[in-house]
Amino acid sequence: MDIDLARAWVRAIAEAIEADKERLTRLDAEIGDGDHGNNMDRGFSAAVQALDTLTPGTAGDVLVKTGTTLISRVGGASGPLYGTVFRTAGKRLAAGDAGVADLAAALGAGLDSVCKLGSAQVGDKTMVDALSPAVDALSTAADSESDLGTATAAAAEAADKGAQSTVPLQARKGRASYLGPRSVGHLDPGAASTALIFRVLANVAAADPDAPRGGA
Amino acid sequence: MKKFLNTAESFLPDALAGLAAAHPELRVDLDTGTVVRSDAPTEGRVALVSGGGSGHEPLHTGFVGAGMLDAACPGEIFTSPVPDQMLSAATAVNSGAGVLFVVKNYTGDVLNFEMAADLASEEGIEVQSVLVNDDVAVEDSTFTAGRRGTGATLFVEKIAGAAAARGDDLASVAEIGRRVNAASRSFAVALTACTTPSAGRPGFDLPEDEIEVGVGIHGEPGRSREKLRPANEIAADVLEIILNDHDLASGDEAIVMVNGLGGTPLSELYLVYGEVSSLLAKRGITIVRRLVGDYVTSLDMAGCSITVCRAEEPFLALWDAPVNTPALRWGV
Repeated sequence: MDIDLARAWVRAIAEAIEADKERLTRLDAEIGDGDHGNNMDRGFSAAVQALDTLTPGTAGDVLVKTGTTLISRVGGASGPLYGTVFRTAGKRLAAGDAGVADLAAALGAGLDSVCKLGSAQVGDKTMVDALSPAVDALSTAADSESDLGTATAAAAEAADKGAQSTVPLQARKGRASYLGPRSVGHLDPGAASTALIFRVLANVAAADPDAPRGGA
Repeated sequence: MKKFLNTAESFLPDALAGLAAAHPELRVDLDTGTVVRSDAPTEGRVALVSGGGSGHEPLHTGFVGAGMLDAACPGEIFTSPVPDQMLSAATAVNSGAGVLFVVKNYTGDVLNFEMAADLASEEGIEVQSVLVNDDVAVEDSTFTAGRRGTGATLFVEKIAGAAAARGDDLASVAEIGRRVNAASRSFAVALTACTTPSAGRPGFDLPEDEIEVGVGIHGEPGRSREKLRPANEIAADVLEIILNDHDLASGDEAIVMVNGLGGTPLSELYLVYGEVSSLLAKRGITIVRRLVGDYVTSLDMAGCSITVCRAEEPFLALWDAPVNTPALRWGV
């Protein structure tokens, strides 16, 4: 991942969230307070604007700027949580054109930081249920020396599956946990937005003209 | 959706502009997202800062003023404010004696206030926090985000605010705030859902003959859905739940609030208070101070919450101390 791909990713997330914000808000209304789509939309539009004024640096700088903008613009739980993932991943990302292993390590650091901040683990019915398998898929892809397109496609698939796995779960974190057993049967909105973010990453990686073609 | 608004997007800034117009004694800053006492900071005195999602008015902006909060940070509707807001507020009100954050226990509020406390410490501002978690509808276990902060927030802000006003140091003000929280329990019942300006429709559908029991203040569904019953039965059930979790005993004194959630006529709130008052009297508990009205709301939700706080020795004098804010005013 180089700086252009990182910028393209954040722009594409903003577009995808805007297009999908009503679904995210509806999911949140079922087991939360019905503002997830709007909050994410506000945050990522602000991130795109912030990136327009960022002097070119590295892909890591782009992710750090995205993270700090989310923290200072979104509010709620998703601002600090998503902000921390992007900021931590950005700080960790190697300068230059980061490979699959670098990206896996950076997002792995992001996962660790968000688990710590939110004291959440897999199975709590949160964004972690999508993020964790996506990071695992990236690491596996790095081990088998897959290219970025293949690796991010696998991560998107894993994030989707992870998000779907939240449906039968009872929430143990966040506002949905107040519903107790009534949270069962609903897709977690945070896991849904995380799956969207990885789907977008696979799309921009597949469309990247610098990406090597073909399999591993 | 039928509301007084210009556009859904401008709802919050327009409402804050109105607050500023009505209360020139407050500094309402739309850029930093803060509402600050215009005479802040007060030299040598601890300052109180609170905040949270908007939609609960008069909480918190209506409680800014002498004897209560020095500043409030209104977030988007039902969304906690961002750390920059709390940092701005803390900077504006800190006189050097330190700042107390009053934080309602919601994941978003806790995370954003924690980040703000870190930023403020880096700037040399001494910060302590009181976490309010009085809502017994939520089981306090590792399987939940913990109990929500609701009605007791007002009690904490009033009593800790009075302690700060008389010159207590930061540790003492924080300590009394924590004691008030520990002595308080709340529970709420909704008759209707509420409608956020951005969603444009009610958060959940509730049939004519049903109520949501154990709701929070963000339009989320409650603990269970039950049949509508006479008010005396609902009040008895709610008090039973509260007192099962409280060590109040016969002979104790209490401060009680019957709080409207935004769409309930005052006559209904008084009716509920009447039931609460006689039920507590039967248990030998004396209500020594009370509030009946809309204080911690959930936009246009019809329903009410009941908060019971044991009137421990230092609380009453601080409760009775002068307060001069848009929504709570006595002794001045």
